[in-house]
Amino acid sequence: MESFLQQVVAGLVSGGVYALLALALVMIYQATHHMNFAQGEMATFSTFVAWSLIQAGWPYWGAFFATLALSFLGGVAIQRVVVRPFEKASPLTNVVVFVALLLIFNALSGLLFHHDVRTFPSPFPKDAWFASSLIPAHGLGSIGVMLIVVGALYAFLRFTPLGLAMRAAALNPGSARLVGVRVSWMLALGWGLAAAIGAVAGMMIAPLVFLDPNMMGGVLLYAFASALLGGIDNPWGAALGGFIVGVAENLLGAYVIGTDLKLTVALVLIVGILTVRPSGLFGKIVVTRV
Amino acid sequence: MNGMNSMNEPTSLAPALAVENAPPATATGGSLSVKAVALVVALAALPLALPDYFVFQATMLLMYAIAVLGLNILMGYNGQISIGHSAFFAIGAYCSAICMDRFGMPFWATLPLAAGASFAFGFLMGFPALRLGGIYLALATFALAMATPQLLKYKLIEAWTGGVQGIVVLKPESPFTSPVAGVQVSDDYWFYLLTLAVAVVLFWLASNLLRGRIGRALIAIRDHPVAASAMGINLPVVKSVTFGISAAYTGVAGALSAVAVGFVSPDSFPGFLSITLLVAAVVGGLGSVQGAFFGALFILLIPNFAEQISKSAPSAIYGVLLLVVMVLMPRGVAGALMSLWARVASPAAVPSDPTLQTKE
Amino acid sequence: MTPLLEIRRLDAFYGRTQALFGLDIDLDAGSVTTILGANGAGKTTTLRALCRAVRTRGEIRIDGKAVHNLATESIVRMGVAQVPDGRGTFTQLSVEDNLRLGAYTRRDKADIRLDMERMYDRFPRLKERRLQQAGTLSGGEQQMLAIARALMLRPRLLLLDEPSFGVAPLMVAEIFDVLGRIHQEDRVSILLVEQDAALALEFADRAYLLETGRVVMSGDAKTVAASEAVRRSYLGY
Repeated sequence: MESFLQQVVAGLVSGGVYALLALALVMIYQATHHMNFAQGEMATFSTFVAWSLIQAGWPYWGAFFATLALSFLGGVAIQRVVVRPFEKASPLTNVVVFVALLLIFNALSGLLFHHDVRTFPSPFPKDAWFASSLIPAHGLGSIGVMLIVVGALYAFLRFTPLGLAMRAAALNPGSARLVGVRVSWMLALGWGLAAAIGAVAGMMIAPLVFLDPNMMGGVLLYAFASALLGGIDNPWGAALGGFIVGVAENLLGAYVIGTDLKLTVALVLIVGILTVRPSGLFGKIVVTRV
Repeated sequence: MNGMNSMNEPTSLAPALAVENAPPATATGGSLSVKAVALVVALAALPLALPDYFVFQATMLLMYAIAVLGLNILMGYNGQISIGHSAFFAIGAYCSAICMDRFGMPFWATLPLAAGASFAFGFLMGFPALRLGGIYLALATFALAMATPQLLKYKLIEAWTGGVQGIVVLKPESPFTSPVAGVQVSDDYWFYLLTLAVAVVLFWLASNLLRGRIGRALIAIRDHPVAASAMGINLPVVKSVTFGISAAYTGVAGALSAVAVGFVSPDSFPGFLSITLLVAAVVGGLGSVQGAFFGALFILLIPNFAEQISKSAPSAIYGVLLLVVMVLMPRGVAGALMSLWARVASPAAVPSDPTLQTKE
Repeated sequence: MTPLLEIRRLDAFYGRTQALFGLDIDLDAGSVTTILGANGAGKTTTLRALCRAVRTRGEIRIDGKAVHNLATESIVRMGVAQVPDGRGTFTQLSVEDNLRLGAYTRRDKADIRLDMERMYDRFPRLKERRLQQAGTLSGGEQQMLAIARALMLRPRLLLLDEPSFGVAPLMVAEIFDVLGRIHQEDRVSILLVEQDAALALEFADRAYLLETGRVVMSGDAKTVAASEAVRRSYLGY
């Protein structure tokens, strides 16, 4: 029984990371109807940046927040410089652009930080007061961080004028312009936030899996599955979806199919959701684009 | 127009959208013109003029051209995207390998099976996603590409796939043990001719289909889906069939690769191969059959060269190339060359290329 | 006195199709001007051109300042609020959120709250539904919401695109009643595009008549209304 609970807990921990990345994906999707295939590689790059700062002697949380800020700015810059020129092009063109970004970030990680596998520290010491045999310190801390991020995002979107403007820009860009919202900058803001959230995801998972340029490849896939499961236009659904996918992945891996087929689980999930219930659990809009 | 005030006028850089008209008459490999036949004969004789090593390269070039053509049909003509064609490449390869190794079938017999299996898989994968829109197809194929190596290693089907070791594939023997017209037809040369034959058939099929009604229907679906739908075209089915065909092409290429390389194994088909195919298709030129050749050249030359620079160089080069092509040469190398040719051939008659998008 | 709004030789284009041809329109501060014409005459296009949502050629000046190179968002900050055709409400947000968005560009928090209360006083139906999702409101209520949202900007110039469209006649009367009061109490200048010519001519000071993208007649609203020839040919009554 304990082993079952441990699997569930491990699933929640990785699920938290999926949830964060899924949140980032949905934020961009809501505003632009594009899926940012480069989200994982951007997160990996951010994590490397954090690693460099820590190596240079920065304290963990200093590096953490600096990385958040840098990632935010980076996300804004990418939207302005690379994504915006292709705004009105076909979806196919946009996917190609995102694949290009994926490749470039992956390459940057490799070129700047090399391919040696590195360890990334956790801010939650193993013997912290909240650690237990059931759930290790980093796991619980990571879930906590994730909940804080989700809560902060929710509060921002729900209770601040800027958050309201972002929502308006995503829902009805034409009308948003008519009330003076600079829609283009709202998109950039969305990208910045997504990049920062991705950075958090990277920094939470790195202690568990070791840091190398290909760290987020599989995670991105799970994040997509989570986003689809929760409803691709529903950020909170995506977060919940992340937890569900994480737990399911672990339980299936432990009890049903073994750990060899984990990525296949994601594939089956994705195709399955698209076939059976494309709007996911909580999504409202079923995309019936012809 | 002077004094034109504009606000956010769209610069449409979609590579595929540059193909407004049917491919121009300068396209090669079309109907059975004298030029085409001459080309084929020349290609068949080519290895005679080159050292042995090049036969292998030439075979690989043809094979990659078929693979990229498959993706080109999908992306260039139908405007869909697949980041997962490595899976179909693998399916074709494994299908052929298993049939030859486990069932002792001759190679040529495995080709239709490989095509059929890839088609079926492509159709089944495509259908749920294409009901919803191209971006979901991209997602589904992305998942497929990443899951493929794992699937191929799966213990339960190891009896068939050979697990991590894979399957060794033997090259079909040349039926000509003694020289023909003074020419020694080695196994390699024989296989090259086989590959050439397959390539010619597939390219001819593609070129003709795409120029005719079906091609126009595909383009109509891509550019005016609502109108096409209103005319009674069952969009998801047609799109899924197109995806299946595209998969079949790449599957056939995979089958050829099984023999050319000599074995199949799970790690030969990593997710990155899909990206390589995608980059090749875009750089070579979407929306023209010739683009597939340039894409094949790309695959033959660039990855090996890049890998020698550094482990990350391929990704960097691919990424930058993709962006450069999207901005400067939306129709890829093939398109750029065709524009150049048109301008050189009749400089006065050709207005500035109407398919290149300009800011008004 | 410089007109609040000056449009000179305005051409507008949808892609390569030209929709407006050399429009000249003046609107004096504090006045109500209406643009009339049949469907497709270019009335909505004119408003869109003002808000820089279509490509144009020519001059547009607000308070003497050239705005034809500015983006929509900047025009709004000059005090121009538009109630677009189709209302343009944020249907998935609440009534209150819609109003808040109207005041997005303003910094004076206390006054914003005051204005919101004033809107609720003017439009009691909105007050009843303040937390409801805007999409669940009736056509007329959404029209009121759209107008209220525009007013939250404290605009100098209010652009209205067919406010009577799809609204029950009683509500239309209510809406124009409120518009009249707004015009007088807040001294908001109004540019009104309307299908219902009779209604518009009664309400406005000045009228412009458009036909296939050109001004074919302009003048005092009462004069235009009185001209039987004009009414018969262009306004259908």
